Amino acid sequence: MTKPRKLWRFHGGLHLPEHKQETCHQPSVKARIPTRLILPLQQHIGQPAEPVVKVGDQVLKGQVVAQPSGYVSVPIHASTSGVVTAIGEFPVPHPSGLPAPCIVIEPDGKDEWTERHPVADYRQLAPAEVRNLIRAGGIVGMGGAGFPTFIKLDPGPDKTVETLILNGAECEPYITADDRLMREQPHEVIGGLMILRHALQARECLIGVEDNKPEAYAALLEALRAHPDGDGIQVVQIPTLYPTGGEKQLIKVLTGKEVPSRGLPSDVGVVCQNVATAAAIYRCITAGEPLISRLVTVTGQGVAQPRNMEALIGTPVRELIEQCGGYAGEVEKLIMGGPMMGITLPNDTVPITKTTNCVLVPARGELPAPQPATPCIRCGECMRVCPTNLLPQQIYWHARAKDFDKAQDYNLFDCIECGCCAYVCQSHIPLVQYFRFAKTEIRAQEHERKKAELARKRHESRVERLEREKAERAERLRQKKEAAAATTAGGAPDPKKAAIEAAMERVRAKRAAAQAAAGGETSNPAQQEPAAAETAQAKETG
Amino acid sequence: MLFRLSGSPHLNVPDGMPLVMRRVIYALLPAIAVYVWFFSWGVVINILVASVAALASEALLLQARGKPVRPALADGSALVTAVLLGMALPPLSPWWLTTVGTVFAIVVAKQLYGGLGYNPFNPAMVGYVVLLISFPREMTAWLPPRDLTGFDITFMQTVSAIFTGSLGDGLTVDAVTSASPLDTLRIGIGMAKTVDEVVLSPTFGSFGGKGWEWVDMALLLGGLWMIYKRVITWHIPAGVLGGLVLIALIFHGIDPNRYASPLFHLFSGAAMLGAFFIATDPVSACTTPRGRLIFGAGIGILTYIIRTWGGYPDGVAFSVLLMNLAAPTIDYYTQPRVFGHGRS
Repeated sequence: MTKPRKLWRFHGGLHLPEHKQETCHQPSVKARIPTRLILPLQQHIGQPAEPVVKVGDQVLKGQVVAQPSGYVSVPIHASTSGVVTAIGEFPVPHPSGLPAPCIVIEPDGKDEWTERHPVADYRQLAPAEVRNLIRAGGIVGMGGAGFPTFIKLDPGPDKTVETLILNGAECEPYITADDRLMREQPHEVIGGLMILRHALQARECLIGVEDNKPEAYAALLEALRAHPDGDGIQVVQIPTLYPTGGEKQLIKVLTGKEVPSRGLPSDVGVVCQNVATAAAIYRCITAGEPLISRLVTVTGQGVAQPRNMEALIGTPVRELIEQCGGYAGEVEKLIMGGPMMGITLPNDTVPITKTTNCVLVPARGELPAPQPATPCIRCGECMRVCPTNLLPQQIYWHARAKDFDKAQDYNLFDCIECGCCAYVCQSHIPLVQYFRFAKTEIRAQEHERKKAELARKRHESRVERLEREKAERAERLRQKKEAAAATTAGGAPDPKKAAIEAAMERVRAKRAAAQAAAGGETSNPAQQEPAAAETAQAKETG
Repeated sequence: MLFRLSGSPHLNVPDGMPLVMRRVIYALLPAIAVYVWFFSWGVVINILVASVAALASEALLLQARGKPVRPALADGSALVTAVLLGMALPPLSPWWLTTVGTVFAIVVAKQLYGGLGYNPFNPAMVGYVVLLISFPREMTAWLPPRDLTGFDITFMQTVSAIFTGSLGDGLTVDAVTSASPLDTLRIGIGMAKTVDEVVLSPTFGSFGGKGWEWVDMALLLGGLWMIYKRVITWHIPAGVLGGLVLIALIFHGIDPNRYASPLFHLFSGAAMLGAFFIATDPVSACTTPRGRLIFGAGIGILTYIIRTWGGYPDGVAFSVLLMNLAAPTIDYYTQPRVFGHGRS
């Protein structure tokens, strides 16, 4: 097409055994409607959605069953028609392995749609309208993080978007869902990109595809050529290197720009979306279909027929595995996501969510547990592969010693938990676990500190209020005395005047009391305040 | 059906520390062979004595500290310390000298600091320096290469020398040993000879100490292989050799009569062993890339200073220990720029 685009590289990275051949050549298969759907209320970053249905309610496919709560939240839709049979805690894919609130639907098999509102020409919509439709469609980043997409499409009034990037890198081993999507539905990916471009008014659009997916690259090029508005869009082959699919890494590779630490891509004029998200947006806008299904790679030697499945959101993992020929041999682990960043599942009733790109079923010995850890010898291999250019060996040292301030000095919070360091560690130290632990501890400490700060403020305002009340009482007493002195000095008191005086006094007292109540902390019962103040002080000193 | 839970990543390289340590020893093998060719079997026996002492003292101390013995012995780190110390000692060192040095290295410099990964100083060099200070006579009794002595010291003679102090037939160790090339240069310069006059002596070969130049060449090859195999990175060796060459070049340029050439400094004494095998001990060295360069350069420059103006003919051991001392500070100030942080 044009001359090859200049590419940049990030520090470190790994060439991993790919294991994509198992699934990348087979067409994806539409999964059956499962016997029950489990829809977690939190499938995105932010506040969980709130149920708007009751147990026993009949729902239609695409109907909203939970609405967003707060700004950083999106609705959840019924993936098929059926009856709500339960709303409660069920196992979900979460690192903690703990259950979380879900809506359970028993499908009626009719797969009957609710009313859909397709948009004939998205170009007639204002960007804000596009964002609203995307939010109403429950669309979140489908590459793994699950950040609500509409927020990313609103970079703020003072920021312009130079570059829109579609992430088709799919750098983790085993996963081929995006690969299959780009091969099978390139027009939807490109169509989604067009809508995104319109919503962002982006100047330049890039689709980054790792060079181990030549068919996907070709399919996108072909689709782009066929599209009338293909100008200004470039499909770019990028070197296969884990973790190029990381948002910040991909932006660096394609544009040379570095997203600032703790910043957002929009800070450097870039917005990055996953290819699957783009396809979902296309369906959302042009067909009026919310995000209720996605491509999932079911792979690993522990499953008989590895392949990609188009599964309804909420399908239990077990039912997908059954449709792939069931378990093969001895399976001791189930992983949702890839082998580098995926999370293990406690059991196979856990549902597919909007962010599930892969169910990895390793056979025994396929992904062996690391050997027992030995002491760190600071060989520096971890540093050599770190895509963020951190010093994992130093952070580990401080995290282990629970010296969290030092760990932060070494930029612990820039760690993206890609797992490169732990992968190469010759001492087999679970570095990522140490870093997660340190991050959690620091966040908990921060939370405690804020709580203590609040308690201190309450205590101070209480002391202030008590003193003010005391002063006011003294003032009233003084006034009374003066009045008494005046009446004795002025001879016999006039009973009428005295009555007026007394009434005015009462009004003053009432007003003072009202003021005092408004100034102090009213929501807190007075008895609890000394206790709160004490804990605050104890925390400050301790 | 219940499954096992674990944190990501779920993939890792099976290679472990034993492989790394084995590779260090493989990289030393050519040099050991050349060493034996020129200086007979002493080095091999030194290494064996040191290995036995290292493994025994490591096992004893681990036992005393209530730590698992087997995996720690299997990691090969004690063995590497023993092999390096065995290489560094004069070839006919008495067995007790080797033993004392090794035991001190393992017990004091390594295990008393908390074992592998916690020693601030390079154990082999601590052992070496303790011996150098305590037993200066034994530590400077070097063998000249075989084509200088005019006779071969047999394996049995070597064994006898190391364990009894005599080569047999009334031949004492003192009778066959002499000063090392660096010591010869030092004494010569001290007697107001020029470098060119000194290197005319038969102790010197084509570009370094006779025999030593080829041992060093083999060490260089082994070191480059280690870089190729990613056992070590290039930074520390480049720093050491670069620092040494740079300062040698400056002074050689100022007065070639008083100051030997960079080439001579590279191929006499412990420069190669130090650059590739000693200074690269990751535990006690710097860990950041820039830090490693500085750390290495410091060793190279200090080595030259000690060789030229200090009280000892060679200075690699002292330089390594001095730079070990500075390593944490250097690391702190040489942190690489983290992704997304301002360019400095």
